[in-house]
Amino acid sequence: MDNLLTARSLMGLTLAFHIIFAAVGVSLPLMMTVAEWRWRGTKDPAYLLLAKRWAKGTAILFAVGAVSGTVLSFELGLLWPRFMEHAGAVIGMPFSLEGFAFFTEAIFLGIYLYGWDRVPATLHLASGAIVAISGALSAVFVTFANAWMNTPTGFDLLQGKFVNIHPFAAMLSPAAVPQVVHMVLAAYTAAGFATAGIHGWLLLRRGRNRFDEVAIAIALTIGGVAVLAQSVSGDALAQMDATRQPMKLASLEGQFHTEKGAPLRIGGLPYPNERKTKYALEIPYGLSLLAFHRADSVVAGLDQEPQSDWPNVRMVHISFQIMVGCGGLLSLFALISAWLAWRSRPLGIHKTFLKALVLVSPLGFLALEAGWMVTELGRQPWVIYKIMRTSEAVTSTANVNVTFFALTGVYFVLGITVIWLLSRHVIGSPRQQELEVS
Amino acid sequence: MHADILLSIVMLLALVLYSLLGGADYGAGFLDLTCSGPRKERQRAVIASAIQPVWETNHVWLILVVVLMFSGFPAAFSAIGARLPGLLLLILLGIVLRGSSFVFRAYFAGDAQTQVYWGRVFSISSSLTPFFLGIVIGAISNGSAPVSVSSRGSWFRVAWLEFFPLSVGLLSLCLFAYLAATYLAVEAPDRELQDDFRRRALISGGVSVLAATLTYLLAGFYAPGIREGLASSSLSLAAELGAVFSAFFAFRSLILRRYRRARVAAAAQVALIVIGWAGAQFPYLFRPGVTLFNSAAPANVLWDLLLACGAGGLVLFPSLYLLLRVFKERRGTGSGSESNLQEDFLQVSGAEERRT
Repeated sequence: MDNLLTARSLMGLTLAFHIIFAAVGVSLPLMMTVAEWRWRGTKDPAYLLLAKRWAKGTAILFAVGAVSGTVLSFELGLLWPRFMEHAGAVIGMPFSLEGFAFFTEAIFLGIYLYGWDRVPATLHLASGAIVAISGALSAVFVTFANAWMNTPTGFDLLQGKFVNIHPFAAMLSPAAVPQVVHMVLAAYTAAGFATAGIHGWLLLRRGRNRFDEVAIAIALTIGGVAVLAQSVSGDALAQMDATRQPMKLASLEGQFHTEKGAPLRIGGLPYPNERKTKYALEIPYGLSLLAFHRADSVVAGLDQEPQSDWPNVRMVHISFQIMVGCGGLLSLFALISAWLAWRSRPLGIHKTFLKALVLVSPLGFLALEAGWMVTELGRQPWVIYKIMRTSEAVTSTANVNVTFFALTGVYFVLGITVIWLLSRHVIGSPRQQELEVS
Repeated sequence: MHADILLSIVMLLALVLYSLLGGADYGAGFLDLTCSGPRKERQRAVIASAIQPVWETNHVWLILVVVLMFSGFPAAFSAIGARLPGLLLLILLGIVLRGSSFVFRAYFAGDAQTQVYWGRVFSISSSLTPFFLGIVIGAISNGSAPVSVSSRGSWFRVAWLEFFPLSVGLLSLCLFAYLAATYLAVEAPDRELQDDFRRRALISGGVSVLAATLTYLLAGFYAPGIREGLASSSLSLAAELGAVFSAFFAFRSLILRRYRRARVAAAAQVALIVIGWAGAQFPYLFRPGVTLFNSAAPANVLWDLLLACGAGGLVLFPSLYLLLRVFKERRGTGSGSESNLQEDFLQVSGAEERRT
């Protein structure tokens, strides 16, 4: 493999791994704090046990997320020294602020995990809330940096050099707010549904019990509200893309030709050489309506750029379809759950509902990974959109593949161990049998 | 004061705190290897409960140094990334293995043998990581690595595998073990365990004096720039003198079993050694070519970063004070959450039985 492909593969692998831990780090502390808050209000021991269990999960995932985040910060220099040399000053601000958010998260997580008997009740609950807030802030700052790569602002370009840099303006680039909202909601959706799914599965296995039922109530509420809000956020992001990154929009929709009143394509497979997206279900004027909220608006197609500057249209389009498809299914599921909960509580008695919940629960993470592929692959061949190509940013150091294989091996072992560990902690404990209703 | 110098002082402060806090966590991991005798398991327990609530927070100091470097001195950051890739990879592997094996050991629920194995991974990676981190300090100080982003470095053509960087690596490991043993003597719950850590503190302290002497001598042959700085910079001279005094005081307190004083003195000693190095290295970030001045981002960017650090510090330092107060002031009663978990299970299942 050449350096560019190796570096991109390694960065992609690390991020695909890290994004799972980061998402859990954003949402699990919120659930754990809600559980503790409910316990303090109701004195129901199921909530306390839940808070402690989720805290344990947070502890494992946060530690692994912390080290994989460190790997990423080093990889910026190891793999993309030219990008950092030029852009470091412009995008350093969100990373620096993220450092402080991370500090706060680590400090209060320490107090939360090991301070049950050492700090007053209010401080303990507040620590959980601070972990949840600072975890979300970390995601906000890191996504700010990514947004800048999509819509770079806050500087002037003079003979290939960045001058007149304004770090705060760069941090709040046009993509910043829509992308951050989308990312944070995605984290709540993914971890909310995944957690609800795990407890749904446990509920099926060990029969009705209060512990799993309150767990599902909290996790599904957070995941459901987030996924419903996600459709609004996605619409805002698509409109931003339509004006700021029209080529990304064109490739994720498989729009090869600039068109007035463009249709929305559902599914289908783009054929870049024939400049056609085949087999798609086309909704007339759909894309124009979505992108500009006007049926007769003109949507720019990939034909505006030479083919050598296109992203991998097929991959971007498919990833986008997966993301939207998963999001749609989860939204539908959230609405059905809300209706069921309103009609007949508790949800735990509906076996079919629980089975469906288990079935849809991984879709949040699938959508998260797919959506991240859309934004990263859709930006190619640029690392900084229309400013610097990814191929110009990569390191020229030899033997990058040594780094690749070493870190890939380590992540492989880490991933397996974490899954095994979590399954032991959430599922395998023999004491859990006592929860079953005889 | 110029923004570039101010920001480098902030980075130095973060580096000092990383050495005193994160360094001691690595040192404690190294001491985990040396646990022996009838109190072996109890020694391990003291180490684990000392690290557990704080190690992630302590690790963030390193991340702060890294992000401030790539934001404030991007050219220096990319030069280090481009010239020392193999070394950075080794550090990364060490960091990943140390952190994950520590939680895997703590939360392990399978057979005892595998848990022992994770413990081994934890202590070995805790020992190697500070060694490699020290080598980085040595490699950016000795001035033999040609610095340019565009020149082709190689993973195998290792610029850092030389006597001077290796001796700095050794010195770092010794100092961190010494710090850890001194801190643990304060935190150990009884006299016997205190004596175990006291002995380790005296031994590692003695070895680090030898390693420091060796490093100083080797600098004369291999790193003339840093040697000259150590001998001529007034900041370095003052810091070195202070370090010698602190070391003397720390050893005396350890011998007299006055552990709280020893902890303060040992921390001062290590902090002054780091500051002395920084004084000698000034104004270089990566010898021979990269200085604070020629790699700095524009001044307005640096001022914004300083502003961010100031605002962040307002949140950070009170929180950090709270953390250390909660966990390091009172002597350990063990972590409450684990022991309670069992009771809670019983409570919940009891409640379930009543309900049905």
